[in-house]
Amino acid sequence: MATQHSRAAARLMISPAVLLLLGWMIIPLSMTLYFSFLRYNLLIPGMEEWAGWTNYEFFLTDPAFFAALKNTLLLVGGVLLITIIGGVLLALLLDQPFWGQGIVRILVIAPFFVMPTVSALVWKNMFMNPVNGLFAYFAKFLGLEPFDFLSHAPLFSIILIVAWQWLPFATLILLTALQSLDSEQLEAAEMDGANFLNRFVFIMVPHLARSITVVILIQTIFLLSVFAEILVTTNGGPGYASTNLTYLIYAQSLLQFDVGGGSAGGVVAIILANIVAIFLMRMIGKNLEA
Amino acid sequence: MARAVSTRRKALVTICAWAVGIAIFFPILWTVLTSFKTEAEAIASPPSFLFFDWTLENYSTVQERSDYFRHFSNSVIISFGSTLLGLLIAIPAAWSMAFVPGKRTKDVLMWMLSTKMLPPVGVLIPIYLLFRDTGLLDTRIGLVMVLTLINLPIIVWMLFTYFREIPGEILEAARMDGAELWSEIVYVLTPMAVPGIASTLLLNIILSWNEAFWTLNLTAVDAAPLTAFIASYSSPEGLFYAKLSAASTMAIAPILIIGWFSQKQLVRGLTFGAVK
Repeated sequence: MATQHSRAAARLMISPAVLLLLGWMIIPLSMTLYFSFLRYNLLIPGMEEWAGWTNYEFFLTDPAFFAALKNTLLLVGGVLLITIIGGVLLALLLDQPFWGQGIVRILVIAPFFVMPTVSALVWKNMFMNPVNGLFAYFAKFLGLEPFDFLSHAPLFSIILIVAWQWLPFATLILLTALQSLDSEQLEAAEMDGANFLNRFVFIMVPHLARSITVVILIQTIFLLSVFAEILVTTNGGPGYASTNLTYLIYAQSLLQFDVGGGSAGGVVAIILANIVAIFLMRMIGKNLEA
Repeated sequence: MARAVSTRRKALVTICAWAVGIAIFFPILWTVLTSFKTEAEAIASPPSFLFFDWTLENYSTVQERSDYFRHFSNSVIISFGSTLLGLLIAIPAAWSMAFVPGKRTKDVLMWMLSTKMLPPVGVLIPIYLLFRDTGLLDTRIGLVMVLTLINLPIIVWMLFTYFREIPGEILEAARMDGAELWSEIVYVLTPMAVPGIASTLLLNIILSWNEAFWTLNLTAVDAAPLTAFIASYSSPEGLFYAKLSAASTMAIAPILIIGWFSQKQLVRGLTFGAVK
């Protein structure tokens, strides 16, 4: 019984949210787009001039861009690989009946609530430090040479740190999905002689497929923008070894004050993120109709 | 019929699950333990787990040296402020989309979500320059505004998925009794919506508390929340593991507690209702 009156009221109630988000999208986005065509450096104010596609040419042909693109893909891919495989295994384990389920669940979920700057600094100093870190201690204990994680494998180390933060998220979602699985179906399969591997491949994986897709897409959105972990551990180095796209654009914009170049990079980042976003939106949209 | 599980199997699973749980939790546990050590003990080899002289010295040092409480109150103001402001804007929007859906409701929802997909670095320069020119850089109000906007889509979505589950007949009944639109919201809808609103609130406080792109880039001294406070420990002076641990413990403890309370809602909130 939606009357004319209530429709008008509904529109009125929705408008603040819509207008704010519209402003948030349009104003900065059009500014980024505009700046990306300017020669504009904050250190030389008043010298802005139209630059056409120059910024894009420079950004897209810069070796740093390819390094950053490769690192972004490795970072996103590596973290996804660890968290999905680890998450499925953990979810399978935690789905079994055992004593103290509630407490273990709390322990497993905890890293997700740790702010990025804390987890990065704790891992960097107290675990990965080649002199005083715990890993170095265990290496020495086993008679091995301590490994300097952040200088010799900076990207890999950051992948480990970020994966530790996101493993709980994947686990929690996959566990929720697993718990919604019809246990009678599994029992029937078991009675028909299906072993665990068969039950896993033919019943659990298809059931989990949707949730795995959701985990991949949502994590990708966040992982494309990993920033603080890099800032406090390696500053993107050595060289560009651990610079991702987000960090590269940040450095160009706020460290080199190159507004034009940074904006061109920003536009590229937006386009890349949109490709992922389209897939995610479709999945969520389908769910909305169900 | 539940499957009968042998005690031996259950014991085995218990051991594995606890081992994995403790391993995952270990970095946090280790940080908390180290925060009670002296700097010398913090790097002692072999490391001591429990048998050391427990001290609270690091906590007072951290407070003196980098003023924890100021950063803590910044974090509280920024995360609570942006969440409450977001709720204020989102509750009417989610209400109207859930109960008076129009032809374009779904498109509006999807569009709102798409703004969340915008990589923050893509709008870093404009926001930075706008903030610089309006004097909002390094102010709490500026950060509250930005975090409200970036979390607004999540707030609207979460509320929408909760509101959608409230049966419309109840509202119809209230309307038949002559309830006005606003009294409908205040007296009928709100009590039923409180659990959903509460979990939306908790999840968004967590997200804002831990947000580390805008808080690091838009603050310097005055408005710096705990994320920036910890980042200042990335360039150490001398021995600092115990102090870093104390600072870290103080930065994560409040949100860890809130997080554990809201873990059930986490899945739903972060998947925009796609997984429940």
